[in-house]
Amino acid sequence: MALAAINDILGTLDWSEINQATLDTLFMLGFAVLFSTIIGIPVGLLLFLTNKGGILQNRLVYSLLSFVVNVLRSIPFIILLIVMIPTTTFLVGTSLGAKGTIPPLVVGAFPFFARLVENSLKEIEKGIFHMAESCGATTWQIIWHILLPEIMPSLVASITVTAIALVSYTAMAGAVGGGGLGDLAIRYGYQRFETEVMITTVVLMVIMVQVIQFLGDFLVKIIRKK
Amino acid sequence: MIKIENLTKAYKAKGKTIKVLDDVSLEVKKGEVYGIIGRSGAGKSTLLKCLNLLEKPDTGNVIVDGIDLAKISKKELRLARQQIGVIFQHFNLLSSKTIFDNVALPLKLQGNHSKEETKAAVDEMLKLVGLTEFAHKYPSSLSGGQKQRVGIARALITKPKLLLSDEATSALDPQTTASILDLLLEINETLGITIVLITHEIEVVRKICDKVAVIDAGKIIEEGKAFDVLMHPKEPLTRKLIIEETSDMYLEQVRHFYKFEKNSGKHILLLSFVGETTYQPILNTIARQTDLDFSILRGELDRIKKMPFGQLLIEFNGDHNSLGKACEIMQGMGVHYEILH
Ligand SMILES: Nc1ncnc2c1ncn2[C@@H]1O[C@H](COP(=O)(O)OP(=O)(O)OP(=O)(O)O)[C@@H](O)[C@H]1O
Ligand SMILES: [Mg+2]
Repeated sequence: MALAAINDILGTLDWSEINQATLDTLFMLGFAVLFSTIIGIPVGLLLFLTNKGGILQNRLVYSLLSFVVNVLRSIPFIILLIVMIPTTTFLVGTSLGAKGTIPPLVVGAFPFFARLVENSLKEIEKGIFHMAESCGATTWQIIWHILLPEIMPSLVASITVTAIALVSYTAMAGAVGGGGLGDLAIRYGYQRFETEVMITTVVLMVIMVQVIQFLGDFLVKIIRKK
Repeated sequence: MIKIENLTKAYKAKGKTIKVLDDVSLEVKKGEVYGIIGRSGAGKSTLLKCLNLLEKPDTGNVIVDGIDLAKISKKELRLARQQIGVIFQHFNLLSSKTIFDNVALPLKLQGNHSKEETKAAVDEMLKLVGLTEFAHKYPSSLSGGQKQRVGIARALITKPKLLLSDEATSALDPQTTASILDLLLEINETLGITIVLITHEIEVVRKICDKVAVIDAGKIIEEGKAFDVLMHPKEPLTRKLIIEETSDMYLEQVRHFYKFEKNSGKHILLLSFVGETTYQPILNTIARQTDLDFSILRGELDRIKKMPFGQLLIEFNGDHNSLGKACEIMQGMGVHYEILH
């Protein structure tokens, strides 16, 4: 009977809209993770290397960078979405839809990710730097041949955590016209009281988070196995 | 090989400056195993870091293989460092790389080595340190001694003329320490690599060093052939290091034990024999030519690097005149003695 009820509900849903929303969310998520990683890794590296005792120790650069990262992290995402509208329009031509959500998603996520990268780097034994310098390594070589390989497992774990945080950010972005599953949930669930749609979107997002976590853990395990 | 001249280095901490190295000068000749020993905080690591300019000295010269390291460009310094191998107390292996890749790292950083060249070189090094079967394992599966062997292989892969070691055996148990020291000695002898090693264990100096410098509070307080310094330490601190580290507290105990036996006609002497003198019937000669009686309290045979030596702790019974005569005999036979009581 329960099965029949579920079937009933599923039958009444507008799947084409849900499919489109799912694709939109995955699109936002994919690009947001990609750009957060691309920006977050160098920022995290720079934070670590310019910090006290780092090989590029520079108080000014560190304080400045650290300040910016902290400010960005302290702005609530929903505010960031609104504040960034002009910048977003300048960057991608629109502040609406999946495309218009990516810049604020990246700005919301990369500072968090950069801190995770910085913390992973702090775990590396100081002696490794002595070793690298004794070998006559350049800063680039230290980053490329030593630091990045050494933090690879925690880097993947950090990307996983960031991606999961981004799932809920994309839902929030739906509130201000960002599209995707969050948008659907708000339009149907909140504004039209069509609970089935809302529940379906929530279930889909839960599945998404589970899959991301599973993939992340799986990758970390493979890398750690070595 | 290495010439250090008037090195000074001070750290500023909380407004105070601490002199970590205070006018240090020393010379290490090609092919030597040179030990630097001192207590914790004496400035040993700082001194070693000055040898490849990981620490920049405030004043003084560091001349390695004819090059004044402080006077060359950053790029030249990097090249110079590639000619100096370093091994560390905590190995500093990369956990993300296989043993093979850890050993290959310095070649990779140098660039310009083909894959075949690298493989041949790494295989040769792994064979030298006895870890051929471990090439594709990761450091986490290795014991401390094996990790240090990897560290040594990595330090030698660029065929350096100089190997620096900062407490390379301090994290290892005595047996593993012995095997690593044997390996270092073998490297020194077969490859002719000069080794400068830092330690706080006199045992390390005893086993493999040709020369030794004792450093305390940033100053070299005693320096010379390892054999001479160990057998006849001049400075109280050196003596303390030797006695404490070998747990040879018995000399202290003997002094304590005989403290109240004044004018009893008992004399305690520590006799040291080196090489040939070890085999002379010295005690017999003394007993026959003087009217001293003797009893042996303790004796030991050991070697410093490859030189055998013996030490006897003797109680002589007799008057001062006889004792004087005995001392003359010992001098004549080349036996070193020290009157403890
Ligand atoms: N970067 C630094 N800043 C301030 N003081 C330092 C620094 N590095 C070392 N020191 C100080 O210099 C002194 C000598 O340090 P060093 O590491 O050379 O000693 P060490 O002989 O190697 O000791 P250990 O046997 O404990 O390794 C110590 O008092 C230490 O506190
Ligand atoms: Mg030290």
